[in-house]
Amino acid sequence: MDAVIRKQLKIKACKARMGIIEGVFNAKSGHPGGSLSCVDIITYLYFHHMNIDPQNPKAEDRDRFVLSKGHAAPALYSVLALKGFFPVEQLKTLRKSDSMLQGHPSIKYTPGVDMCTGSLGQGISAACGMALGAKLGGKNYRVYTILGDGEIQEGQVWEAAMFASAKGLDNLVAVVDNNGLQIDGKVSEVNSPYPIAEKFKAFGWNVIEICAHSFDEIDAAFNAAAEFKGKPSAIIAGSVKGKGVSFMEDQVSWHGTAPNAEQYEQAMNELSQALAELEA
Amino acid sequence: MADIIKTATRDAYGKALVELGNTNDKVIVLDADLAAATKTGMFKKAHPEKFFDCGIAEGNMMGVAAGLAASGYTVFASTFAMFAAGRAYEQVRNSIAYPHLNVKIGATHAGISVGEDGASHQCCEDIALMRVIPGMTVINPADDIEARAAVLAAAEYEGPVYMRFGRLAVPRIFDESYKFEWGKAVVLAEGSDVTIFATGLMVNEAIEARKLLAQEGISAEIVNIHTIKPLDAQAVVASASKTGAVVTAEEHSIIGGLGSAVTEALCESGKPVPVVRLGVNDVFGKSGPAVELLHIFGLDAQNIAEKAKQAISMK
Repeated sequence: MDAVIRKQLKIKACKARMGIIEGVFNAKSGHPGGSLSCVDIITYLYFHHMNIDPQNPKAEDRDRFVLSKGHAAPALYSVLALKGFFPVEQLKTLRKSDSMLQGHPSIKYTPGVDMCTGSLGQGISAACGMALGAKLGGKNYRVYTILGDGEIQEGQVWEAAMFASAKGLDNLVAVVDNNGLQIDGKVSEVNSPYPIAEKFKAFGWNVIEICAHSFDEIDAAFNAAAEFKGKPSAIIAGSVKGKGVSFMEDQVSWHGTAPNAEQYEQAMNELSQALAELEA
Repeated sequence: MADIIKTATRDAYGKALVELGNTNDKVIVLDADLAAATKTGMFKKAHPEKFFDCGIAEGNMMGVAAGLAASGYTVFASTFAMFAAGRAYEQVRNSIAYPHLNVKIGATHAGISVGEDGASHQCCEDIALMRVIPGMTVINPADDIEARAAVLAAAEYEGPVYMRFGRLAVPRIFDESYKFEWGKAVVLAEGSDVTIFATGLMVNEAIEARKLLAQEGISAEIVNIHTIKPLDAQAVVASASKTGAVVTAEEHSIIGGLGSAVTEALCESGKPVPVVRLGVNDVFGKSGPAVELLHIFGLDAQNIAEKAKQAISMK
């Protein structure tokens, strides 16, 4: 990836992380850990990869994005705001009763959101339907979805995985945000989904394994997926839960906890410093 | 008797889908390995390019239906009522109804009249489950004519619809001139002593019950409730106020279905009248020939007539 583009994406992702912290802090609830682990990929998709237009969020031929791990809504909202779907100031209203930003994504409230998600395992099925719809209509748009590694414990994910390969949905890319942690602990200990790559391969998918925080690897993976014909692509993205905020990294306790005022200050200071270094 | 036409509403569903496929290029049909039984197989044969078998995975099928609908298609998703409303309940709620997507759930093999397959497949809770979901329309046609009309109307309506069809061939009640009015109760016969609100295959039983009651000098009004949600509360209250006694008749649990909907409407109207709910009385079904089971569970004209007299006695 071009060094200038990489740097721009890093800056956007850093700002998106600040938006996540801002939103969850003001809401006094939400899911910072799993938002921070997948925000680099969402930033990449919206700022470098997908064909979308913030001025026309319902454009018929747009690429679709389904956040199957809907609890990472703060990451999606933060990126949508930075991209211009709605004002960044809205992020502070996350989860409030008069907000356009629901606790989990909803097409009824938020411009740019393509599917209601939050009940785990369901988003990937809807993404399959969208990909099938593109094929039926002779459309070139592509469909992207992000799953949690805990989420793939849901049986519906594998129903959808079987369906996508059986119907040859090569316009579908499913990312597994493999941060290794879920509410009750390590995914490997709660109910191990490993080996993840082998499972998707066995279900007939083209599988690519990357680091979720390397824009070079992200870029290469999505480009390879776009080139691959005949099968859907699964990108198994090794990530760090809470990535970018030192005290949240790899801590299961930050799955669904909001920072207090002191923690908020520390997190924003760290991210501001990182941003300053990137912009220097 | 020879001239009575009997057709299962699932057959009318399959035929109506074929019609829609001929005229509406947005219609897609999904099934979960039951195309021969749900009759979506007719559509598959006529329009193979617009039919997708999702295999035995009903939850995913409902999600796929949602994704297709979000992409501009009018999607009919079919399986047995047990698996549409039961197995896939949460997918229907969260992936279809919450975003209010244009998915029509064609649920066949509803109720006791599934017959020999027994309780595991005899869903008597589906109307209750679907009725409680915000924005969901629930339709339960009485015969093949009404089933066809409901399917065509559902395709024109924007939003989620649950349509309930039966496996058992039932007598045709309406003729070809029948006009289906979305959400409207249909007074089939006027009466003055009691109103029988019936839905699905119980409508024909209600018509037969009226004859039995007439022999005893009792005048029963018969109202067909094909759309259980939204309920035509105005018509329900008007008829109940006129006759002063009500029986509800459904091939469904007495909890949560037509009986509940009518009772709620009457109680809230400020003009309550005695109501007797006839349906499956909080029990599971069992194996047996469909018609025999309907009698065993009291889902017949004789029992409707008995319940009508009971309701009248409570005036």
